[in-house]
Amino acid sequence: MTRKQWFLLLGLGVVAPFVLYPVFVMKMLCFALFACAFNLLLGYTGLLSFGHAAFFGGAAYVAGYAVKSWGVPPEIGILIGLGVGAILGAAVGALAIRRQGIYFAMVTLALAQIVYFVAVKAPFTGGEDGLQGIPRGRLFGIVDLNDTMNMYYFVLAIFLLAFWSIARIIDSPFGQVLKAIRENEARALSLGYDVDRFKLLAFVLSAALAGLAGATKALVFQFASLTDVHWTTSGEVVLMTLLGGVGTLFGPMVGAFTVVALHSELSALGSWVTVIIGATFIVCVLVFRRGIVGELQALAQRHFWGRREANEAELAQIEQGSKSKP
Amino acid sequence: MIKKVVWLAAAACWAMAQGAQAQISGDVVKIGILNGMTGYAADISGKGSVVAAQMAVEDFGGKVLGKPIQIVSGDHQNKPDVGATIARGWIERDGVDMIADMDTSSVGIAVQRLASQLGVITMNTASGSTALTNKECTPFGIHYAYDTHALAVGVADPIINAGGKRWFFLTADYAFGHSLEQDASKIVKERGGDVVGSLRHPMQTTDFSSFLLQAQNSGADVIALANAAQDTINSIKQAAEFGIGRDGKQQIVGLLVFSSDVKALGLAVAQGLKFVDSWYWDMNEETRAFAKRFQQRHNAAPTSNHAAVYSAVLQYLKAVEAAGTDEGKAVRAQLGKMKFNDMYHKNAWLREDGRVMHDMYLMQVKSPKESKGEWDLVKVIETIPADKAFIPLSESQCPLVKQ
Amino acid sequence: MDPFIKSVLSQAMLGLNNGAFYALLSLGLAVIFGLLNIVNFAHGAFYMLGAFLALIGLTQFGGWIGMPELSIGFWWALLLSPLLVGLFGIVIERTMLKRLAGLDHLYGLLLTFGVALVLQGFFGNFYNMAGTPYPGIPPSLRGVVDLGFMYFPKYRLFALLFSLAVCFVTWYAIERTKLGALLRASTENPKLVEAFGVNVPLLVTLTYGFGCALAGLAGVMAAPIYSVSPLMGSEIIIVVFAVVVIGGMGSILGAIVTGLGLGLIEGVVKVLYPPAASLVVFVIMAIVLMVRPSGLFGRE
Repeated sequence: MTRKQWFLLLGLGVVAPFVLYPVFVMKMLCFALFACAFNLLLGYTGLLSFGHAAFFGGAAYVAGYAVKSWGVPPEIGILIGLGVGAILGAAVGALAIRRQGIYFAMVTLALAQIVYFVAVKAPFTGGEDGLQGIPRGRLFGIVDLNDTMNMYYFVLAIFLLAFWSIARIIDSPFGQVLKAIRENEARALSLGYDVDRFKLLAFVLSAALAGLAGATKALVFQFASLTDVHWTTSGEVVLMTLLGGVGTLFGPMVGAFTVVALHSELSALGSWVTVIIGATFIVCVLVFRRGIVGELQALAQRHFWGRREANEAELAQIEQGSKSKP
Repeated sequence: MIKKVVWLAAAACWAMAQGAQAQISGDVVKIGILNGMTGYAADISGKGSVVAAQMAVEDFGGKVLGKPIQIVSGDHQNKPDVGATIARGWIERDGVDMIADMDTSSVGIAVQRLASQLGVITMNTASGSTALTNKECTPFGIHYAYDTHALAVGVADPIINAGGKRWFFLTADYAFGHSLEQDASKIVKERGGDVVGSLRHPMQTTDFSSFLLQAQNSGADVIALANAAQDTINSIKQAAEFGIGRDGKQQIVGLLVFSSDVKALGLAVAQGLKFVDSWYWDMNEETRAFAKRFQQRHNAAPTSNHAAVYSAVLQYLKAVEAAGTDEGKAVRAQLGKMKFNDMYHKNAWLREDGRVMHDMYLMQVKSPKESKGEWDLVKVIETIPADKAFIPLSESQCPLVKQ
Repeated sequence: MDPFIKSVLSQAMLGLNNGAFYALLSLGLAVIFGLLNIVNFAHGAFYMLGAFLALIGLTQFGGWIGMPELSIGFWWALLLSPLLVGLFGIVIERTMLKRLAGLDHLYGLLLTFGVALVLQGFFGNFYNMAGTPYPGIPPSLRGVVDLGFMYFPKYRLFALLFSLAVCFVTWYAIERTKLGALLRASTENPKLVEAFGVNVPLLVTLTYGFGCALAGLAGVMAAPIYSVSPLMGSEIIIVVFAVVVIGGMGSILGAIVTGLGLGLIEGVVKVLYPPAASLVVFVIMAIVLMVRPSGLFGRE
């Protein structure tokens, strides 16, 4: 990521709440972070988890509960969310990486369902009522987060920090190994990498960041609910990533913005929104597998750099990921 | 001289504009009708509530303090987070001044809390949890129609008196169900009955068989359904399917029944059922006139909730007019001073904890023979006075009530 | 009889009832997976579609075509709606799934997930999310059977036995007939079978259609029991996924036995510790994954 891109992102972030409804932008940022975390796993490690709502929602509940009932300050609540995401991620990940490909997706889905049912039944979550009235509190004991703008810049800071970390992870040697696993697991294994450990670590990182997103969302809306842990949320984050562009840095963010905007603009259509989301899924899978950012990048490369072949080859590799696996 | 006149005129205009702004925010009074448009209680509230609210606006004259009145509606899908998000957008972005209806107690509590934080009045007609005016009471939250205490008082008394001592609760697992089970258990125990067990089922369950069989095997005299709408209908029907309640030793009792539920069950199944409600369309001339107008627009007889939404919107507009502003605090104070008189209730008044005090009615479902028309479903057999139906202030846990 | 034993027995019966539906659905999934290597996420939606077709046929279809008297009863629905669902599946396979050949199998999962959302959302617009009762149980199946420990509705008994019969016939057809042998051979080595002059793509299409039809059949049978709701498919499909992971995709028989067994266990847990009833399948899945990652009947 270039310095220019960073300034552009920062600039947009600072200006956005003056143009759009700030709560809406905060929702976008939370889901963008969630999608970026998810992309770390799908886009850079080649693992499709269908259970990421468990980390997002699980963290939202625990962080919300800590802030509400134990009275911890918001910044600690957010960190607790991060930790809960990591712990749940370690548990689910350790089981799920025992299977590959489609099985991996099904196992994560089913394990996430355990978290869902715990959220339904456990006394501290409030069941169907949800965990309501989470106080936003004062950041570091000074900044009053009940003020919408203060809350907004807090969320923006969390987002940028996490996004920066993700960009660093991807470019690090660790990130390179993940990509190697995505492209050819057997080869990575034969090169002497402990593939399972790398996969698990990627899973935990992704889950932790998803937890961060969930905890932040809980503070923004002062609410943690069953929707956050429901499998439809897991599906939605897959769509955000797919629509924006799997394996691109900015794709999940663009996808998340689009899906959140879609929901808010079309909310009057009721159930038709589900139809539109489903249809978007189908179109993405059939003709648009690179996603918005992926297509734009390809277009730009074709016109300006003439590196088309390289890019096509990379896409083919992502698409056939599991083919090359044993 | 001319210059001076122009100046004065301009100043007067400016002052008037300022004055008007202070009176009515955004130069329009916006009322939000929030409910589960397609959920399990869509027949009780749903689109009918929007129709009722519009009728109230028309009957009021379409304008208040010279400003237009606008009704907006939203679907909370029975999820509290969705409801709270809609309400937040309505208040912060769209300038909605009052929110009404709100079926499903979990949504009702969430929205009431949020709206109060932002200084906006909520008039909850559709959810039943007593928490709304008890532990969760707020300065701007008004609980307009029925509550679970009133339901329990009316239904439990006659059953215990007839010998139904051992109770088993089948409870919907959300705020409303919990509240209803709690209020009913309290009354059962006070009257010398016994609660032998309870089970919780998720909201919008379609298969009650395993719950019902467990209730049957508990040895209870009474299987009480602390659930609502579609859930109640399904439990009653499936109990019949498994032959539960047939032997005469056990009986199934719905604690919350709406006339639309009776309609869905059919008189043959529901006849004789006793339940408590705040209103019925066939009570007097006024209610029948309302029902007739409503039915022309909505294709079904109004439920008590539709009538309550009508009344809430009407009384709110009256209060705005009397207070000369739509500012939340002033309107709430005005509502506290008024007596509510319309086709829904007479001489009702608003208590400091947000409870609207009015009579409730014990009703009984007619037999198919007694019924003379499609919507001729129940008869009123007893009036429960307000002070008996609702929790007295002396027992209130509401922090706003000075003990 | 002791009320506790009575309780356990009656919940076990209900559990078997649910288990029969798990078995039918995981059977369909297994058949499709065997040949197409696709996890059909839309399976739950096809189950829902089957139920809705039965409901629409009974209560609305006649009105739509201007013959309000016409009502397609349960028995006809039991025949027609699986056929229609199967046909719908064939269209999906021909127009969409086919185009994913050669790609990572995950795309098949994602595509069918999209199909499931479209169907669920579509019906959600017109029908109550909380479910619409299906009022058309044939007169011969109304009433209850006294099992000694409980009254069991005749219809549920029928649904249980009929599902078992369908499972058995499918198992027999795949494991013991020539057509089944062909299917299994195409799973192992499609190129070779094609070389023998068998139209493998057609076989794939028909198999997908058949798997979907099984889901549709389960839907019709479920309609009178659970009432018909746009969400009914998504609720059951995740449990069925867990069933499949536990059983392993290896064998048809595995799918049937695991489905029934888990339904039974779920039922019994409802008596012993009700809050865990909805969890138990997933916990068992976690344990199986730890002990035997390829599933109870899986071969890998």
